[in-house]
Amino acid sequence: MSSLTIRNLRKNFGAVEVLKGIDLEARAGEFIALVGPSGCGKSTLLAMIAGLESVTSGEIWIGDRLVNSVAPKDRDIAMVFQSYALYPTMTVRENMLFGMESRGVPKPQQQEAIARVAALLQIEALLNRKPGQLSGGQRQRVAMGRALVRDPLLFLFDEPLSNLDAKLRVDMRTEIKKLHHRVGKTTIYVTHDQVEAMTLASRIAVMHQGEVQQFDEPEVVYNRPANIFVAGFMGSPAMNFIAAELTTIDGKPAVTFPLANGRTAALALHNGAADRASGKQVVLGIRPEHLSRHNPELAGKGGIATLTAPVEVVEPTGAETMAVMRFGELEVVGRFAPAEAPRMGEDMPLAVDMTHACLFDPATQRLI
Amino acid sequence: MADAVLEQTVDHEAAVAGRRRFWSRVLIYGLLAIFSLVYIVPLFVVVFNSFRDLPEISRNGLIAIPQSFRLDAWPQAWDTYCIGGACEGMKRYFFNSLMMTIPATIISTALGMINGYILSKWRFRGSEVLFTCMLLGVFMPGQISLLPWAFLLGKIGLNNSVYGLILVHVIQGLSFTTLFCRNYYVNIPDDLIKAARIDGAGFWRIFWKIVLPLSPPILIVTVIWQFTGIWNEYLFGVVLNSGAQQPITAALVALSTGGTNVRVFDVMSAAVLIGALPPLLVYFFGGKYFVRGLTQGAIK
Repeated sequence: MSSLTIRNLRKNFGAVEVLKGIDLEARAGEFIALVGPSGCGKSTLLAMIAGLESVTSGEIWIGDRLVNSVAPKDRDIAMVFQSYALYPTMTVRENMLFGMESRGVPKPQQQEAIARVAALLQIEALLNRKPGQLSGGQRQRVAMGRALVRDPLLFLFDEPLSNLDAKLRVDMRTEIKKLHHRVGKTTIYVTHDQVEAMTLASRIAVMHQGEVQQFDEPEVVYNRPANIFVAGFMGSPAMNFIAAELTTIDGKPAVTFPLANGRTAALALHNGAADRASGKQVVLGIRPEHLSRHNPELAGKGGIATLTAPVEVVEPTGAETMAVMRFGELEVVGRFAPAEAPRMGEDMPLAVDMTHACLFDPATQRLI
Repeated sequence: MADAVLEQTVDHEAAVAGRRRFWSRVLIYGLLAIFSLVYIVPLFVVVFNSFRDLPEISRNGLIAIPQSFRLDAWPQAWDTYCIGGACEGMKRYFFNSLMMTIPATIISTALGMINGYILSKWRFRGSEVLFTCMLLGVFMPGQISLLPWAFLLGKIGLNNSVYGLILVHVIQGLSFTTLFCRNYYVNIPDDLIKAARIDGAGFWRIFWKIVLPLSPPILIVTVIWQFTGIWNEYLFGVVLNSGAQQPITAALVALSTGGTNVRVFDVMSAAVLIGALPPLLVYFFGGKYFVRGLTQGAIK
């Protein structure tokens, strides 16, 4: 059974079309991440699922109920807000009690729920404090606790980690993942951070300009992005896009593109064999980690193409080293192990892992 | 020793600056002292005169160092002095004012809070237009509505009645209280309301449990504003009501203009102070919160 089904959902604010026909579906227990740049409509979509925004057209089903015109309180959902939205005049305990009191949950059950959630989130010591006396991370926990005291069909998270500092964000991310594993509730999680989406979600919906660009498992979204937008949005540093032309080497399909010093590179293709007309213009997408320093060992492996390119900038981060290289007019970023990192100005022999390369149609922007 | 000399030369500039600072301080505080004196002298004069002997006032003039001390004027002003034919002093009018001001303050503040809550957190199509219309009331002089009020109160049988004045002040004050509360509630994050809606709370529960507990600063501002405004209001009181139904402000004027030819400055002073006491007390006890409430906009 699916916990959430969205069919051809549209939202207009006046003449502005914010959502242009969204289809989405979450199976029971799934963790769905809605990810996209700001203004893509992901928060509006979440607000519509919560019932805080009206539906222009389309259908929202929670469980087996059409909830288009059901009030937020009757949708059987719990939500965690970006601002946490803790009631400032109430203690942590009262914050968590508020919803249960509104719904007339019997007193013993209320106490039981609070004890359970406080233990789960380790906030027992904070129960009598006001939100103003809590740190950012603690507020975050309490906000989740307020959602968890209920047993809803659906959890909604609206960028819950974006107000935390970098380190805490990573900790809480792990925490949320553990929590979801333990509680097993269907969760819809809005974020603009592709790393959060990758690490947490069982499936990711990448949104852009009011449309779902791709809705699939993280590995698929990362390795086989549906179009250039998804490919560029997921992953950091972003995928390199190289304008190239289809050709053949020894009768096998390949791509060719110009390099810096008047030379051209010709790389044999290795992923799938669609009918590829020679001479067709394509966009070659290569992730930074699929570039490495060429060495004889690699030469024997299949799917490796080689070329040399001058290195313009080297940025060591400790665990790995980023380098910006020049391919003709283009700057291309590579991600290297520190041991094989290039030096600035070096003309570097590169091995390109073509098994992971993506080809896009420059006209439709879609994956070929 | 050498160090000390060095320090002195270095300190020279600082000393000049310090001296300049000192004199500018003296100037500022001196001016402030003079202005506060100018401002407070009338109050002193009235307080003194309420305790002076009437012949002594006539002899030495209104503004003079008191040379006598009597309490007679106070009970006279409160209890027995004749105003407009009734020899009952100020007490009847004092209670009239109290009977008018307290309910009018409570009702107009309560309505203003609910208006502000709706206009900020439960907006509907046209709510901004409605708010703008209500704002007009803030800028409209009271004289404009004087005749309509006289007509209306006559129609509904509340002419020359304290209840009529309550109604007038509730309506007249509504634009102010709505403005205050609406502008304060706009700063309450909408997410709180959304969270409460998902938590299953409705319109009133959100108001009582979330909005009202956040309201003390604006509540104090509104109550003080309304209380002093309504208590000190004169025009409606004197035009719409007469005789025993008048509020204290109207009675004070009647006291000072009507009746005998003898100017009873001691009784008048005491009566003025009786009339001024409630707003003064409100300022003494609430003034601090008033300033804080006006300046503190956002809720953290």
